[in-house]
Amino acid sequence: MLRPRIIPCLLIQDSGLVKTVRFQDAKYVGDPINAVKIFNEKEADELIVIDIDASAKGREPDYQQIAHLASECRMPLCYGGGVRTAEQAKRIIALGVEKVAISSAALANPALISEIAAEIGRQSVVVVLDHKQRLLGKTQDVWTHNGTRNTKRGVVEVALEMEKLGAGEIVLNSIDNDGKMKGYDLALAAHLRELLTVPLTVLGGGGSLDDMHKVVAACGVVGVAAGSFFVFKGPYRAVLISYPTAQQKLDSIYSALQGGR
Amino acid sequence: MITIINYGLGNIQAFVNVYKRLHIPVKVATNAEQLTGASKLILPGVGAFDHAMQRLNASGMRQTLDDMIIGQGVPVLGICVGMQMLADSSEEGVLPGLGWIPGQVRSFHSVPESGELALPHMGWNDVLPTPGSPLFRGQQESWLFYFLHSYFFECAEPEHVAATATYGAGFSCSVSSKNVHGVQFHPEKSHHCGVALLKNFAEL
Repeated sequence: MLRPRIIPCLLIQDSGLVKTVRFQDAKYVGDPINAVKIFNEKEADELIVIDIDASAKGREPDYQQIAHLASECRMPLCYGGGVRTAEQAKRIIALGVEKVAISSAALANPALISEIAAEIGRQSVVVVLDHKQRLLGKTQDVWTHNGTRNTKRGVVEVALEMEKLGAGEIVLNSIDNDGKMKGYDLALAAHLRELLTVPLTVLGGGGSLDDMHKVVAACGVVGVAAGSFFVFKGPYRAVLISYPTAQQKLDSIYSALQGGR
Repeated sequence: MITIINYGLGNIQAFVNVYKRLHIPVKVATNAEQLTGASKLILPGVGAFDHAMQRLNASGMRQTLDDMIIGQGVPVLGICVGMQMLADSSEEGVLPGLGWIPGQVRSFHSVPESGELALPHMGWNDVLPTPGSPLFRGQQESWLFYFLHSYFFECAEPEHVAATATYGAGFSCSVSSKNVHGVQFHPEKSHHCGVALLKNFAEL
């Protein structure tokens, strides 16, 4: 059986590991390499690592740090942050990264997705769409540059366009739910799962195994990613990296598939 | 020594890391000369079939590899697109494959039971080894591996299927014929199951 992927999403700022709430108030939570080592031991399904400063500050990806992360990482790794050209994507893949995530640059220059897919293969092209509910409306707009610029384009329309252009996976990232640990935007995820033919990963709001169970119940086999849930423990958000065991994933998350799609 | 064929594709360092942790000597070859003395070969691969074939054919190692693998019977393990390259041809491209194991690489889209599913086939899936398959020796409760692909190897001879997985329909996710082996999944990124498989290959 193909399993839903349970994915820690690590944010990097100034070379350190941070966690945000609604894309703000970045709190330092430790050393990224140390986190990767812990997720190796816990046999995490995959890792997403996003450098949240690179695009916002117009900086190149930090290749040295990516190489270090990739060589430590014993599970599939997706890197995002500051990728604006096919050449950069190719260089990142050559460092031993499985997938490259594009966000701001994909919105500014959609043709880039096709170019990158031609260079590294569509299976390695991930488009991350940071979305936020429009004021006085139900539309979810796509925002870029670490949640500072509104493209004023609906996330569903953009996701379908990106798939058509060559994205191999879409990551939905809810700005409103980021760091809240109160559950995912299930309606949007289920809606997009129906429309997309490429794999979908949902990020933003995960606070418990039950939240993840709900995503799988609503969407079937998708990626379920979280940040805070894997790095904080308890009501005071003490930093403690954790990851469910194989048995916990079976009992508390995959169980949602029975009788589902 | 186990030698990883570096023709510019695939996660070379990940294989080096696994073998280093196992204290099994390993090296990387980027030209024909560096292939000398290899006791086992690993052929990684990612991306499009034709691109990978072009890169390997232009690497200056192709003739030496044919001599070593077909002539001298040096064991080889193809990974992901590296496994697909072992076939005669692929629906993804027009270039001929290596032809070391008879078969054709096909798209999931051309299989009715799988065509409706999300592609690429991405994530962790169960692998069912053919009994006696040397890559899957040992006490293992179950074999679970990470997959990332849209095409699969269809063997011309059923006895070359070393393991199967299910995505809509069942498909061969590992092939073995004499000294030539391949796996569609990524053992280098599959935690303890991957380490066990790479160790088995080293001990063949």
